[in-house]
Amino acid sequence: MENLLSLFVKSIFVENAVFAFFLGMCSFLAVSKKIKTAFGLGLAVIFVMLLTTPLNYVILTYMLGEGALSWIHPSLAAVDLTFLSFILFISTIAGAVQLVEMVIEKFAPALYSALGIFLPLITVNCSILGASLFMQEREYNFSETFVFSIGTGIGFFLAIVLLAAIRERLQYSKVPPALQGLGMAMMITGLMAMAFLSFSGIKL
Amino acid sequence: MAEVAEIKEKREPLFSKKTLRVIKDPLDDNNPVTVQVLGICSALAVTVQIKPAIIMTLGVIFVSGFSSLIISMLRKSVPTRVRIIVQLIVVATLVTIVDQVLKAYMFDISKKLSVFVGLIITNCIIMGRLEAFALGQKPWPAFLDGVGNGIGYGMILIAVAFFREVFGAGKLLGFQVIPDAFYEMGYVNNGLMVLPPAALFLIGIYIWIQRGRNPKLINVS
Repeated sequence: MENLLSLFVKSIFVENAVFAFFLGMCSFLAVSKKIKTAFGLGLAVIFVMLLTTPLNYVILTYMLGEGALSWIHPSLAAVDLTFLSFILFISTIAGAVQLVEMVIEKFAPALYSALGIFLPLITVNCSILGASLFMQEREYNFSETFVFSIGTGIGFFLAIVLLAAIRERLQYSKVPPALQGLGMAMMITGLMAMAFLSFSGIKL
Repeated sequence: MAEVAEIKEKREPLFSKKTLRVIKDPLDDNNPVTVQVLGICSALAVTVQIKPAIIMTLGVIFVSGFSSLIISMLRKSVPTRVRIIVQLIVVATLVTIVDQVLKAYMFDISKKLSVFVGLIITNCIIMGRLEAFALGQKPWPAFLDGVGNGIGYGMILIAVAFFREVFGAGKLLGFQVIPDAFYEMGYVNNGLMVLPPAALFLIGIYIWIQRGRNPKLINVS
């Protein structure tokens, strides 16, 4: 239990997907001009992350890993399909996003209009695929995968809302013209990443 | 440059001025990382040393060139509604090839790049160029555009990696470049350079210089 708690805190602060691994940087920079839209994207990312990473864990354990197919027939125990993981992971994510989009559109139109445009964008958000690949590389078990995916999602949410808040204030300050927009966003992200570095070394 | 493109040729040679422009534009005026804001994720993560950055660049050039070529050849037979899935599958297949080759021949580098090889799939440069260029162009220009954007991406990657390795570790490609005499005089490696924020600052400065030199890029995004 303590292990899970520390993994949770670690994935939000210490190894924040945006500031430590630069995952999801493209949408992080593109959709952080207003707090409201940043909030919407952040929520959508948490949601999709929570759905796809455990799903990919199941796929990895029961279909792809070495000997994973032995539940069908013992003679398949020697089959190792790990090299197919990229293709299956990304298909799961693309499929899940499509499915989620349709379900939300049908049953929660208000949420759909709030998230609407961001959902398809999430398919190519590297933090989602990144979470699945980290899960595979670090060999998490199911509960760890679950906690890790929530933590990474919240980390992304936190980062994008923070940056949006700073950028909204920044409109009133004088920035050299050549540094406006993207350049300044990079610098601020760098400063925020430095601030997040101070979390490293915290253990629960 | 703009006048050159308007000269119409009846039969285009393999490297006509127009196609050359397709490959040259992404290097500066239309750089995927600093102007189009694509593919920043991996541009920052693999730049602590220059060698993984070079390998990563080669991987991205391979994937973006060939995925543009394949998607451009398929562009008339793929319905628009399912095109994203088709693109993802093509890109994922190419990335799998790169990953398997790296694992077989360069295991150390493959370990160092860890998940970032897989993340070429979601590298926005590739999807962005497929959507913006390859879907509406003939295979050969599409291939050149893919390669050009891969090189433009690699330029930034290698430039950032150069500064981070020289100032962060005093080495270049693993060889020491800052002489021992400097260290004896009290020179210390800059510890910030090996940490993630340095990459962000370096790209910010690069953008600053580029836009200061070329004011028409200001207000692009």
